[in-house]
Amino acid sequence: MSHLRYASVPAGRAFAFSDAGRKRIEDLLARYPTKQAALLPVLWLAQEELGWISREAVEVVAGVLGLSPAYVDGVLTFYTMYHLKPVGKFHLQFCTSISCHLNGGEDVLEHCRRKLGVAGDETSPDGLFSIEEVECIAGCDRAPSMQVNDQYREPMTPEKLDAMLAELSRGGDRGV
Amino acid sequence: MAFEKVLLARVGREGSRGIEGYIADGGYEAWKKILREKPEPASISESVKKSGLRGRGGAGFPTGVKWTFIPKDTKGRPIYLVVNADESEPGTFKDRLLIEADPHQILEGMACAAYAIGCRTAYIYIRGEFWEGARILEAAIAQAYGKGLLGADLQGSGVGLDIYVHRGAGAYICGEETALLESLEGKRGQPRVKPPFPAVSGAFACPTIVNNVETIACVPHILNRGAEWFASIGRNEKNTGPKLYCLSGHVERPGVYEAPMGLPLKELIFGDDYGRGMRGGRKIKAVIPGGASAPMLTPAEIEDCPLDFDGVAAKGSMLGSAAIVVMNEDTCMVRAARNLAKFFAHESCGQCTPCREGCPWLLKVLTRLEEGEGRAEDVDLLVSMARQMNNGMTLCVFADAAVGHVLSGIPKFRDEFLHHAEHKRCLVETPPAFAAGAASAREA
Repeated sequence: MSHLRYASVPAGRAFAFSDAGRKRIEDLLARYPTKQAALLPVLWLAQEELGWISREAVEVVAGVLGLSPAYVDGVLTFYTMYHLKPVGKFHLQFCTSISCHLNGGEDVLEHCRRKLGVAGDETSPDGLFSIEEVECIAGCDRAPSMQVNDQYREPMTPEKLDAMLAELSRGGDRGV
Repeated sequence: MAFEKVLLARVGREGSRGIEGYIADGGYEAWKKILREKPEPASISESVKKSGLRGRGGAGFPTGVKWTFIPKDTKGRPIYLVVNADESEPGTFKDRLLIEADPHQILEGMACAAYAIGCRTAYIYIRGEFWEGARILEAAIAQAYGKGLLGADLQGSGVGLDIYVHRGAGAYICGEETALLESLEGKRGQPRVKPPFPAVSGAFACPTIVNNVETIACVPHILNRGAEWFASIGRNEKNTGPKLYCLSGHVERPGVYEAPMGLPLKELIFGDDYGRGMRGGRKIKAVIPGGASAPMLTPAEIEDCPLDFDGVAAKGSMLGSAAIVVMNEDTCMVRAARNLAKFFAHESCGQCTPCREGCPWLLKVLTRLEEGEGRAEDVDLLVSMARQMNNGMTLCVFADAAVGHVLSGIPKFRDEFLHHAEHKRCLVETPPAFAAGAASAREA
């Protein structure tokens, strides 16, 4: 969780779930005794469709589940995996928790930042890569561990990272 | 006598994830027997009690006893089972393996547990980062419905069970069972005031049992092979069964290893069947025996430390999630402490003041020590701060976990902290992680 996330921000354009998304929401609602319980999965669905969660998306989600947008903001900002702004095509998540720390996790992260010319948890100027330092992702036996979008890439080394970035820049597969 | 793997027996077999392979290997026999014979549910809890199974998530509470805390009269409320797959304790990666390699073992365990407690709807709360794990579980659940092993009125028994996967979204604290339930209900994952405990009022204010993935995976084996068989494995009657150990850090061969509960810590690190010793032949400086939350042990303390609940507790630490993180002699303990503090500062849920304010404060002081801007007084300041955060100052044990490394690491490695304050640099020299050869050793 993070102390530094407070609210969603407007995208400046309306959000609406796709037809398939609305059907999935119906299925999700059948899984729980309350509508509110579907909040995390419905936020996941919004992020899947939009790529991040805008203020407009929060309002739609709130409407669907009978909650206030302020309440949805409160839950949304507690969880670090919901994006409060757009992210690059490739979301690079570097673990620097203890086992990865002992095996050079920070070195890989810094190498990546230098390579992409960014300072902290930022998106590369070409908009392709977003870097995020994350806490333990249960890849400790293959440290340093990381994920590209929803796929593990472990163990990572500076050399392997160079090759991976080059391949992804050339339009390689998602998560390669 | 060689130990025969139980929970990991099917890992590495082709098609270990699929239901056909699971059934071919004798899977779902315990569940089918229940559906066929409809035993007294209390008899299942009784077997689990007799087996001595204790919760594998960290607390080590007897599982069968926990199940009996469900009230006899629920006043019409449904009973829920929630499996805790929020595995987030730094150093822990056993549940990820169980989920990815053998998901039906977990589903069958859930089915048997659900029957024992009278539950018709169960959830698997899985951390958001386990994208692949969630997909694998969803696919396995669909297969089980297809075979008539999940759903309503199964095989004409009148018994029914639905299982749903609920994904978290990035919050370590959701591994705490009441925070997990809040999150399941669509709220911020902040721990509840206890009592009431979940067995009385849990998910949606209904009686609820929360069990860890590894705990649940043990259940079909106990029912198939008997409580006595399970209890015969392990160091003593309080520490029974097979156990998964997560070994990481500066060892030659990190990984998940299954062994009888009570495996000696040194054997896990040095044994040929396990870690095969320290990488590069370096000496051990410190071992965290139960994830980032567990107090550190010195080389002298690991000499005769059985890896079970009571064995590690006797050394002043805890087995926790059985995540053994080994640090070699080149590790700067101030830097390691700063890293652990970074984790807890990031993950405090913000609900209780000593934790919300204390965790970032510990990080601030450790950072200035580490960066050569600290003072000698900072070392005792850290201990003083830590003592104001633990032992019941907060709603859950997160703050106790957050100060475990401070209250163990500073007394045990005080010279390193003082050296940092006085000389503005580390007492030891840490070689670069990616010197030639180092990376390839890890990849092997």
